[in-house]
Amino acid sequence: MNHARSNRRRSPHHWSKSLRRRLSPRTWLLRHAQVAFDSLGRLYRNWVSSLMTAAVIGIALAMPAGMYLLLDNLDRLSGSWDGQASLSVFLKTGVAEEAAATLANKVRGWPEVAAVTLVTPVEALEEFGQHSGFADVLGALDENPLPVVLLVTPGPGHSDPAAVGTLQEKFRALPETELAQLDLQWVQRLAAMLDIARRSVVVISALLALAVLLVVGNTIRLEIQNRREEIVVTKLIGATNSFIRRPFLYSGIWYGVLGAGLSWLMVETSFWLLTGPVQHLTGLYQSNFALQTLPLQLLSMLLGSGIALGLLGSWMAVGRHLSAIEPS
Amino acid sequence: MIRFDNVSKRYPGGFEALSNISLELEDGAMAFLTGHSGAGKSTLLKLIAMIERATRGQVFVDDRNVSRISRRRIPFLRRRIGFIFQNHHLLFDRTVFDNVALPLIIAGYRHQEIGRRARAALDKVGLLSKERLYPITLSGGEQQRVGIARAVVNKPLLLLADEPTGNLDPELSREIMDLFALFNQVGVTVLIASHDIALIEQLTYPVITLNHGRLTGPAGLSA
Repeated sequence: MNHARSNRRRSPHHWSKSLRRRLSPRTWLLRHAQVAFDSLGRLYRNWVSSLMTAAVIGIALAMPAGMYLLLDNLDRLSGSWDGQASLSVFLKTGVAEEAAATLANKVRGWPEVAAVTLVTPVEALEEFGQHSGFADVLGALDENPLPVVLLVTPGPGHSDPAAVGTLQEKFRALPETELAQLDLQWVQRLAAMLDIARRSVVVISALLALAVLLVVGNTIRLEIQNRREEIVVTKLIGATNSFIRRPFLYSGIWYGVLGAGLSWLMVETSFWLLTGPVQHLTGLYQSNFALQTLPLQLLSMLLGSGIALGLLGSWMAVGRHLSAIEPS
Repeated sequence: MIRFDNVSKRYPGGFEALSNISLELEDGAMAFLTGHSGAGKSTLLKLIAMIERATRGQVFVDDRNVSRISRRRIPFLRRRIGFIFQNHHLLFDRTVFDNVALPLIIAGYRHQEIGRRARAALDKVGLLSKERLYPITLSGGEQQRVGIARAVVNKPLLLLADEPTGNLDPELSREIMDLFALFNQVGVTVLIASHDIALIEQLTYPVITLNHGRLTGPAGLSA
């Protein structure tokens, strides 16, 4: 008892520090691993209810992930054209081929233009004949009705829809131009629609993330209530709040991990079910497009958001309900 | 070890559980705290254990003013105190060994140290052979001894017991008291709240008597 007496004159701060045991990093890690393992064991012992909670989280994560993946696939489908966005400039019928060539040379000097291909009426007629199957009919025409066309490829840095639109206006202003037409306008429309869909996925994801937080929070709240007695006893024995918090936080993390795993299963299964019909459809279009399933990046994002939401949800529940439990 | 300076405790609602208590329990002493039910025994123990705070006056434990201690520091100070409860508060979802090891795990002892100390404590209360059992399979007296092993495993300076023999027959009660005396002999300060007058009179330790929140026995105790 003598050492206690000698503490008499020290500041309160000092002696309280002296009561703390410093944990070595190895002991600390071991402790965390142990708590994590214990929490997992607890989930396993109530595996039915744990699985139900994890399934709710899984569905909430799978919905945005699946929609994102679907959009990603559509994006790839349209993206193969998107890179080639180009302008077809139809010149007035009165413009001769020589004048058109001069114009093409002039236009090649513009900084926003990467390449210009001049398509003469003869070439255009041939191409049209090949592709349309109307070659015989076209042959019956007295004279070639087609104008000279300049196929303009925008330069790098000028291929986004706005820049291409500006370029289109610039061509329209030329006196030789009859019509400056943006190719594949529908690709842009599709891109715009995909943008809206993508934004919707963000909104839905946020709502579902909130749902995950509430589900985890409620589950952890129930667990805290079930273990009330244990919490009181450990507090009396000298457990710090962080010691008491730890198993609940690990439970939250495990719920997130399990939920992410289940969501991965759900997405993979859904896409596997879609593969057959999609192949049939793309086969009709003579395309070798194949559905892409969860890339590793998305998988790690699922896992990351599952863990983050589980941890945050349990943190909120623990913060709200643990401080209310004090020995009395 | 314990000193009360003019301590009063009034609960919300106006009930005054303790009125102007001054007492001192020396290091290494062992004493009984007695009185009718509702006399304030539990409140007095709760003030020492920092479960409640004094409304007026100051409580010193091991020369530390626990009336002023911050909430964050309470856990570290509680590790120096061993508690024994009437209903022993064992955790029934884990083994006897895990119950006894809990204070050591909380305090952050290393794995080997935990095994060594927990078994030593179980050996002292004579339950080493039952370390793998669950508390529910033990008798009332054995459960209380597990509670005692848990209270002493961390080598506390002070043992507080609130009606430790409340549910036990006289013979078992005497065994438990002998156990407390054993710990007291190696220097642990012991304060036992009990209304078992017959048992207390068999033993020769000083007695603090409370009556409606006031001291009626000798105020300054020396052992």
